[in-house]
Amino acid sequence: MMKTISIMAIVAFVTLFTRVLPFVLFGGKKGMPKMIGYLGKVLPAAIIAALVVYCFKELTIQPALQKLWSLSAGAAVILLHLWKRNTLVSIAGGTVLYMLLIRI
Amino acid sequence: MPGGVATVKNTKEYFRYAVKKSIPVFFGYIFLGIAFGILMAKTGYGPFWTLAASLFIYAGSMQFVLVSFLAAGAPLGLVALTTLFINGRHMFYGLSFVERFRKMGRYYPYMVFSLTDETYSVLCSIPDEKAEAEPRIMFWISALDQTYWAAGSLIGVLAGGLLPFDFKGIEFSMTALFLVIFLDQWKNSKKHGAAAAGLAVSVFFLILLGPDRFLLPSLLVLATVMCLGFIREEQKGELKE
Repeated sequence: MMKTISIMAIVAFVTLFTRVLPFVLFGGKKGMPKMIGYLGKVLPAAIIAALVVYCFKELTIQPALQKLWSLSAGAAVILLHLWKRNTLVSIAGGTVLYMLLIRI
Repeated sequence: MPGGVATVKNTKEYFRYAVKKSIPVFFGYIFLGIAFGILMAKTGYGPFWTLAASLFIYAGSMQFVLVSFLAAGAPLGLVALTTLFINGRHMFYGLSFVERFRKMGRYYPYMVFSLTDETYSVLCSIPDEKAEAEPRIMFWISALDQTYWAAGSLIGVLAGGLLPFDFKGIEFSMTALFLVIFLDQWKNSKKHGAAAAGLAVSVFFLILLGPDRFLLPSLLVLATVMCLGFIREEQKGELKE
């Protein structure tokens, strides 16, 4: 019980720390240094690209067939999105395809 | 008052917009939440601890690691370090929202607390006009996302065994969400340098360091390179003057 509470409290606290840090450092009355303002503008594009890679990180350790399913479903999302530009259609289409493929 | 009516109507419209924006996260969070709940139940934890984790920690992938910590009774130092390493990426998310969140008054603390990968990505895709017209759009998206996550984990811990359908693979919806946001962002911006660098650097570190520890180093390197680029531009500007 005590152990559970301590583990959960630490995970909660450290997670909160990682989220609060930029606001504590740069959210004060002094305002943001110009460089951080610039970073805040250009980082999202890079971070989202990195998160895409993060989602496909298992590719490096998956068996070949599983790789093929992940990549096919990913390609389906891209094609659907370039074609229809409808977020929900692209996500639903790719996910349903993925769920079908991994059951083959 | 006609003005009042118009505001209420706008509020509804903006709320609907927030719901629409959060729907992709709904599918991911409900089912990943269920998976988390099931795992908690299997490890011997009930709805109280499950909900506590989803309400007070609220960090998707970290909560799965949490279960293994709980099961093993991991040493607290290890717990702290692992959490710092896995969630360190959050430090970079806030940088883009310092100004916007600060203006949100009483919602500010919650906005900071609830900035997950998915919420961050969706908030990045909200155009400035929308966020300025109704800042609560961002709050609604954040709160809806956490509601989905908490609801999913409760369903999982209470009724995981009873679910009639095998949801395996549904987690791909999160991958699809990031892909779609990536594509939209690519289309909406003229410069692709940052996105291309993000891909290149993270693939490089993925190959170098493997799937478990590549993300934080990638973000550190990307941020450093961008800072250096900024300093160089500034120096050039000064030389011109």
